[in-house]
Amino acid sequence: MSPNWLLFPGNTPLSNAKTRMIARAAREIAPGMVVNLGIGLPTRVVDHLPADFPVCLHTENGLTGIGPSLPPDRADRNLIDAGGAYVSTVPGSAFFDSATSFAMVRSGRLDLTMLGAFEVSSQGDLANWKIPGKFSPGVGGGIELAQKARRVVVLTTHTDRAGNPKLRDTCALPLTAQGCVSRVFTEMAVIDITPQGYALAEIAEGVSLAEVREATGAPFTIPHDTVPVF
Amino acid sequence: MRLPDKRCDIAVAVARIKDSDTVMVGGFGVPGTPMALIHALVDHGARDLTLIKNDANEPGMGIDHLLKSGQVARLITTHLGLNSHAIDLMNSGRIQVEFNAQGILAERIRAGGAGIGAVLSDIGIGTELADGKQVVEVDGKPHLVESALRADFALIHADRADHFGNLAYVATARNFNPLMAMAATRVIAEAETILPLGALDADAVHTPGVFVDHVAELVALSGEYAVVQR
Repeated sequence: MSPNWLLFPGNTPLSNAKTRMIARAAREIAPGMVVNLGIGLPTRVVDHLPADFPVCLHTENGLTGIGPSLPPDRADRNLIDAGGAYVSTVPGSAFFDSATSFAMVRSGRLDLTMLGAFEVSSQGDLANWKIPGKFSPGVGGGIELAQKARRVVVLTTHTDRAGNPKLRDTCALPLTAQGCVSRVFTEMAVIDITPQGYALAEIAEGVSLAEVREATGAPFTIPHDTVPVF
Repeated sequence: MRLPDKRCDIAVAVARIKDSDTVMVGGFGVPGTPMALIHALVDHGARDLTLIKNDANEPGMGIDHLLKSGQVARLITTHLGLNSHAIDLMNSGRIQVEFNAQGILAERIRAGGAGIGAVLSDIGIGTELADGKQVVEVDGKPHLVESALRADFALIHADRADHFGNLAYVATARNFNPLMAMAATRVIAEAETILPLGALDADAVHTPGVFVDHVAELVALSGEYAVVQR
């Protein structure tokens, strides 16, 4: 079961916790990286990078060097990201076709991708594209990103809307890719996937170890004497 | 010597499409979707079509008109997430949908255009997208056989063209267009501007006119090409 405050809608402690999680995930991006940010929470990571931070953002529909999002009145009708948001270019941007875009992905040119998740397993399996009978819009570029980016991290709420843990021993839902996830950022914790399973790397301010344990569907180790707070 | 003139009326070109044909349609979201050619195909009325397109646009836009008119039997695609109408048709069994990983769809089309029978890739191994696919071992590693895709017709949107059908795309409107323009028996391109021979610089050509059969100028752009107000 999740802590009570997870159930509050709107601008509540969850929103603050989510923002803190996104800001923490932004620190995962090192200068010089080529990065693909998945649709949803990961897209917001870029808001927490300094404007002059040296990074190359990739989007599947054929752009490297994504600039800031634009409101409709300033948008270019031919310039969107893979989620359909109107974006801009930066000095040095490049456009290319869909085969070239995924050649970059499959050949390991992406240093990092940040993706959402329905479920993650303690072996790093990821399920984020299909809930049989409920949600099956297609996989898009998700499989290739998950399978081929050099590092895959997940940004997600710790539990689903019903309070069920998203971090589990094994995934019950159809997989996007096996053994691909290195690290999970949630509003409660930063959790690494290790050969021994989950390991608690950091904990969110105001969250207790007991609460993380209760909201996590599998055991985790605590590799260091003190758990840093974010 | 003078290169042939391939300028053609949109309705005349599209009238060649027959019932049960396979039709590739360029575009990723609005950018690069040949809205005018799609409307001409609705007016023409060919039925029982197999469409190959990255996505299904949004309700009331692009290929959704063909879905609404009941002309589509089968859709080979990657993601329908922005079109709830297409998802309803799929879930109720009124259209058959085949999902591909996005970059694999691009490679299958590229193979079709390049005269290659199939491509080999490890994308999707261990997921349900591998179900039913032939597996071959290369250098000791399993690969899925992804058969090439070709179509009877490709409907392409270009920014600029010349009389011979040399095409140039703009920004993220490139996406699947140059790949599909190589992979169909007959290729019809609409262009926002058609230039006389010699006015489109040879170095600026993205799709050589050899691949293109008909090119039609868009006299005016309908509202469907504009920035989507969400």
